[in-house]
Amino acid sequence: MTKLLSGLLAAGLCLAGAAQAQDAKAIQGAIKARQATMQLYAFNLGILGAMAKGDADYNADAATAAAGNLVKLSSQNQMAYWPEGSDNASAEGTKALPAIWEDMEGIVKASAALSDAAMAMESAAGTDLASLQGAMGALGGACGGCHKAYRASN
Amino acid sequence: MSTFLRVLALLVLLSLVGGAAFWLLTAPRPLSDDVFATLTGDAEAGEQVFWAGGCASCHAAPGAEGEERLILSGGRAFPSDFGIFHAPNITPSEAGIGGWSVADLGNAMMKGVSPEGAHYYPAFPYTSYVRADPQDIADLHAFLVTLPASDTANLPHEVGFPFSVRRLLGGWKLLFFREDWVMDAPDPTVERGRYLAESLGHCSECHTPRNALGGLDKSRWLAGAPSPDGKGRVPNITPGGLDWSESDIASYLQTGFTPEFDSAGGEMAEVVQNLANLPAEDAAAIAAYLKSLPALP
Repeated sequence: MTKLLSGLLAAGLCLAGAAQAQDAKAIQGAIKARQATMQLYAFNLGILGAMAKGDADYNADAATAAAGNLVKLSSQNQMAYWPEGSDNASAEGTKALPAIWEDMEGIVKASAALSDAAMAMESAAGTDLASLQGAMGALGGACGGCHKAYRASN
Repeated sequence: MSTFLRVLALLVLLSLVGGAAFWLLTAPRPLSDDVFATLTGDAEAGEQVFWAGGCASCHAAPGAEGEERLILSGGRAFPSDFGIFHAPNITPSEAGIGGWSVADLGNAMMKGVSPEGAHYYPAFPYTSYVRADPQDIADLHAFLVTLPASDTANLPHEVGFPFSVRRLLGGWKLLFFREDWVMDAPDPTVERGRYLAESLGHCSECHTPRNALGGLDKSRWLAGAPSPDGKGRVPNITPGGLDWSESDIASYLQTGFTPEFDSAGGEMAEVVQNLANLPAEDAAAIAAYLKSLPALP
């Protein structure tokens, strides 16, 4: 009887352990997905920023394409990217603060601001260089709007 | 008279002289009245001074965004080695700085002296603002009076003895309060950048390390410092620590984007929010100034 019980207990613990490992893997996957999204933002912003700074020649088509990608990135449904337990207090390899899960209203507002700034850039990018440069600040502000409140600093 | 009495009399005399010297040396010293007497402020120019000076970063309510950043009701807490300081209400109301003259604002910002003649703690960066152009103070005054009023009461600073004795700040000022420029400015662009960085922008207040008494270590000017809240470090922004190009720095100050197109977080996100309101030439001038600094490791 004791043997059976301890056997069951051991099996139960194994299962719990396996479930936990499964969870940790899922959480790391979600963290990777949102970091990949951030990298795509950075890549497309880099195209626009190089033109804004004068490091690259202004090209209306390339700028419009990059800004269009930003609009698409900002309209992703990210529900699955942010599971409970993927904040920087619970998981490795992320700077996402627990505040994200405590302030849904703020997150929704910040995401909407980013969408707006990306759409403003999409119409500015194809107009001319001065318009592109003018839209860069608002875009930076929208990125900062989230990073300031919801990301741990280095 | 016995020897004992002589010694006692001498000690009393010495302590009286010492006390008098302390009292004289630590007396708050306002600016002469005629510094501001002939100046007329311009609110529009004052708005630029306001953003360059970063007033909203400390004096807007914590978490304020958008238009709320113009309600300077105070309340933000600043932990330090000496205690916790609380930014006061500087709105045009009874609870704030309603009724202050240009000279009152000038003495506060450039001398660290209140209208009642008390020393302010240098958590308020008068140590940088002392280098401001008095006309900018007059313009800022004209702008501040146009902002919304708030009745929020000031929180007292949480500072223990002996730092709670404000008169001692007179001694601190004698030791560490200087109004000369720290760096040379070889051309007008760097000179403008120096004005923004060393005076209004008060970069050194966070980016330069401090000694045990809280005075800035000018031999390590802008070479990075421990964060005052104890978490992490404020980066070295001399060419020895920051290898970004001049246009990268200027672009960062206007948009918050790093050369890798990450974006500014923490305190610098606030600074960028302020600087975004200045003309591109000003961001470029700060970048030129930073590039002109000696490279420190």
